[in-house]
Amino acid sequence: MGILDKHVVLEKNATLLLVSSLLVVTVGGIVEIAPLFYLENTIEDVEGMRPYSPLELEGRNIYVREGCYTCHSQMIRPMRDEVERYGHYSLAAESQYDHPFQWGSKRTGPDLARVGGRYSDDWHVDHLSDPQSVVPESVMPKYAFLAERMISPKYVRDLLEANKIVGVPYTDEQLEAAEADWLTQADPEGDNSDVDALMARYPKAQARNFDGKPGVSEMDALIAYMQMLGTLVDFSTFTPDASR
Amino acid sequence: MSKKPVEKKEVETTGHEWDGIEEFNNPLPRWWVWVFYVTIVWGIWYSIAYPAWPMIKGATAGYLGWSTRGEVAQEIQRFKDMNGALETELASADLTALERGSDLHNYAIQSGRATFATFCSQCHGAGANGITEGSGYPNLLDNDWLWGGSIEDIQTTVTHGIRSSDFEDDTRFSEMPAFGDDYLSDEEIGQVVNYVMSLSPVTKADADAGMADAGAVVFADNCSSCHAEDGTGDRSQGAPNLADAIWLYGSTKDEIIQTVSVGPKGVMPAWKGKLTDSQINAVAAYVHGLGGGE
Repeated sequence: MGILDKHVVLEKNATLLLVSSLLVVTVGGIVEIAPLFYLENTIEDVEGMRPYSPLELEGRNIYVREGCYTCHSQMIRPMRDEVERYGHYSLAAESQYDHPFQWGSKRTGPDLARVGGRYSDDWHVDHLSDPQSVVPESVMPKYAFLAERMISPKYVRDLLEANKIVGVPYTDEQLEAAEADWLTQADPEGDNSDVDALMARYPKAQARNFDGKPGVSEMDALIAYMQMLGTLVDFSTFTPDASR
Repeated sequence: MSKKPVEKKEVETTGHEWDGIEEFNNPLPRWWVWVFYVTIVWGIWYSIAYPAWPMIKGATAGYLGWSTRGEVAQEIQRFKDMNGALETELASADLTALERGSDLHNYAIQSGRATFATFCSQCHGAGANGITEGSGYPNLLDNDWLWGGSIEDIQTTVTHGIRSSDFEDDTRFSEMPAFGDDYLSDEEIGQVVNYVMSLSPVTKADADAGMADAGAVVFADNCSSCHAEDGTGDRSQGAPNLADAIWLYGSTKDEIIQTVSVGPKGVMPAWKGKLTDSQINAVAAYVHGLGGGE
């Protein structure tokens, strides 16, 4: 009796079969998944990437809460037609501070990975309030209520800390200044606003009254997030490594 | 299966027996075994030819040197090569000298149409008509231009945008004050709105003549430096012509009061860096050719 005939032992012992199957699957998992954590070329270091500013992160939470990801992906695939429509294909590093990531393959609406700067704030307000007013053929629901829901930075530090726990490298300085940065970005003209400090902590952050109305609403936060999407990496100086 | 299977006596049974049912130990079909061997060989070949095995620092690159990024770069290059000559010519072309009907002009219009549909139609409308009248998004089909309607003006606007915040220093910039914020009283705003309405052929009939006379003074003091004495505007600072029939932010009295009160500051993104030089030139040529170009 060769070794191949020994399987009768496995087939007659359900528990042993279960444990052995688990071991086999584990080997497969280790070989396929473990290298992703140590191979240097799975996540490249890309200049310009930084964690989200407090207001952007708050906007991102609203984006996730409203389920925007069910219709919009944030992942430009490396294909010519996508690159021509949306811009440079997405890099793994561009999602490195995303918890959870917003990749996807279902697009009822367009990909939003590089929507930042493509439209004016006013357009975003019009479009979120009543998408059909600017894009008549759109099937997107209306989100006008976002402009009425005012928000405060009371818990924004907790939000940053929660992200830090899952691996976003917020510094103590950033945590300390979370509330101030949140207020500055939504109202750079405010009495206690320090735009330079915000810019030093979050380069390329855009600070202004995003929805054009007094006070900080969910609309402000969401537009702050939309307007920074895909704007951090400077693709005029970035050269993709072809082997990735 | 109508045919009765031939019973092969030579085949042994597996030795199991359940309630009198036995199992033959037939060999696997030959075709199946061969397919199985081929998949193994294929698997080995594939892992050598394509990126596969994780090593210490990186995965093996594969004998064929294929990569997703390489493939997309190649595909983009293939299309670039097809239009290469025209693209290069268009990127640095003197747009004013673009000869109607020439290959370059045709290419610019077609390429501009595609670029417009992808990047511009969200605000200006798929038909470039500004979606609806009074939407705040300029209609590009008419001959009313905020910052100039020559092909070079359009190209500058597309390149640098208007009040664009994308770290763009050359963007077209001007700011109408929000006259509702302490500059003018409600009464003065009412007067100047009536005066402005009396200038435009579409709103003339609704203007109150008495208030308009008082408004003329308010206009001369507060508005004429940008919109000109006669209200015909000033393109060097993007101040619209108020004496024509076109109202960017709506032509009803309430809408005009709102406009004067808040001072709209429409924003157009700068497309430099997002679009290539030839795409910008193409879209300028396309928009210029829509009917209102000067």
